Amino acid sequence: MTVDTVDRRPNRLQPPLIFGTAILTLMLITALLPQFVAPYDPTRFDYHATLAPPSLAHLFGTDMYGRDILSRILWATRIDLQIAVFSTVGPVIVGTLIGTLVGYYGGFADIVLNRLVDVVVTFPFLVLVIGIIAILGPGLTNLYIAIGLVDWVFFARLARAEILVQRRLDYAHAARGLGYGPARIIFRHLLPNAIGPIITYWMTDMALAILLGSSLGYLGLGAQPPLAEWGALIADGKNFMATAWWITVFPGIAIVVAGFGFSLAGDGVADLLRRRE
Amino acid sequence: MTKRLLEVADLTKGFVTRGADGRIAQLKALRGVSFTLDRGETLGIVGESGSGKSTLARSVVRLIEPDGGSIRFDGTDARRLSGRERSQFNRRVQMVFQDPYSSLNPRMTVRAALAEAIGVHRLRPPAAVDGRIAELLDLVQLPQEAAERYPRDFSGGQRQRIGIARALAVEPDCLIADEIVSALDLSIQAQIINLLLELQARLDLAILFISHDLRIVRHISHRVGVMYLGEIVETGGAEQVFADPRHPYTQALIAAAPTLDPGRRGRQEAVHGELPSPIDLPAGCSFASRCVHVMERCLTMPPALLSVDRTRAARCYLTENAAPPALREKSP
Repeated sequence: MTVDTVDRRPNRLQPPLIFGTAILTLMLITALLPQFVAPYDPTRFDYHATLAPPSLAHLFGTDMYGRDILSRILWATRIDLQIAVFSTVGPVIVGTLIGTLVGYYGGFADIVLNRLVDVVVTFPFLVLVIGIIAILGPGLTNLYIAIGLVDWVFFARLARAEILVQRRLDYAHAARGLGYGPARIIFRHLLPNAIGPIITYWMTDMALAILLGSSLGYLGLGAQPPLAEWGALIADGKNFMATAWWITVFPGIAIVVAGFGFSLAGDGVADLLRRRE
Repeated sequence: MTKRLLEVADLTKGFVTRGADGRIAQLKALRGVSFTLDRGETLGIVGESGSGKSTLARSVVRLIEPDGGSIRFDGTDARRLSGRERSQFNRRVQMVFQDPYSSLNPRMTVRAALAEAIGVHRLRPPAAVDGRIAELLDLVQLPQEAAERYPRDFSGGQRQRIGIARALAVEPDCLIADEIVSALDLSIQAQIINLLLELQARLDLAILFISHDLRIVRHISHRVGVMYLGEIVETGGAEQVFADPRHPYTQALIAAAPTLDPGRRGRQEAVHGELPSPIDLPAGCSFASRCVHVMERCLTMPPALLSVDRTRAARCYLTENAAPPALREKSP
């Protein structure tokens, strides 16, 4: 008897994953080494070229102080990528852990978590985060804290649901029947099988975090000047919309491209995990 | 070493559900099930779906906590065990599952799954684990290269072999096989059954073989128990029970079993009437509503498990005196 060799593994990477990871990789390089990518110092004033429209010297034009928009957008990548990662990494870990334990053990903790989820989803996310920042004060660190306080609930809900499915499968029963301890069953058996949708949601959540970070930056509650941040850049240009559209439009496009990158990568990862099952 | 390995007495288990009228009710899945199992012996449990077979299997390995009754394993009360002793009990009584697709962790190679089982119970020094895995693969007749593969690379029959290898990895005394071949093709079924018989002979395993397939149970079992609505309604040696069934339900089951001889194939219905709801059981014998021999007292008082002879018993008033002639004619 031979092992049958139907290969169900993906042998070809799909376009969404390729495009998504390409965008994210470029963003990452830019974020790590903006001084090599950006043509100008993003904080240098140039009073000879204020509000200059896009030209060969300044591809995306300049703002009211003559700062190069392209350079500011590229430097802002660092801040916005930071927002994407720093504001979600805590919620992913804490939420997944709580959701996993609640899903496995159930009981009173399950009731508490579900009511908490009900409360949190009742409020619009942005309103809740603004409310917390109103208490903590503006700034990036407080932005991370504010998002973290709310966001973990969604990961907990997702992890709980996934674990509930996994723990009813026979392999989980088999692990119990083999005399394995709960820590081994949860972290070596159930979690690896439940983590796929969580990673996928994390990708989407990072896109949402960038949107949220730029919204708050626009409102002046996120990154503080002179830090370049896409939402803050848009806010800079809002008074010149009629005369210097390039100050607002190009950072807006940057946000769209970043969101697109995360979404495509998330889709690609989800697809990859599905076909590996 | 005593021969008697497992002694289950009066096991009961109810599940809380919502009845047809929307009220919360109890579904009685096990209603006082008792049996014994010796080393090297196979006890077959047959019954329709919904008769409590799987609940029984899962209760014995303590995946489900029964409401009442006792499980004695090798002289100790298995229901009282905790901690290390519980883990040892779990090791010695292994379950093989029905669905070969969900019973293996999709993210673990065969080697990882077997090594984990061996490692957790410290059955081999680390250096000897690989040798033991090779031995286990031989035992279940899988090629050595199977070790590096994931469950998705295997067919149903091969996965079931992996499930058996995983159970054997912890060197159990007793296997609980819950419908382990019902998801497989007929030819693969035979291979798995023969493998099980071979392993039993080599390892002196006690096997609780649960199935709805009468032919397989007859082939593999030394003794059988027939389950109906959470009760064992007839027990005895496999050949005796199948050749000369005493309980009307067993008779009906055997009469309804498909035969390979087309000339004898009938269109006859096995049992008339509806299966009573396990939520709302009748006062008397639970088979009374479908029984062709029903008597007045069957409707008011449920019969006990009455001995037919030294090894056989049936939960039917007809067994009190030898079976009446009418009954004799029906049996093959």
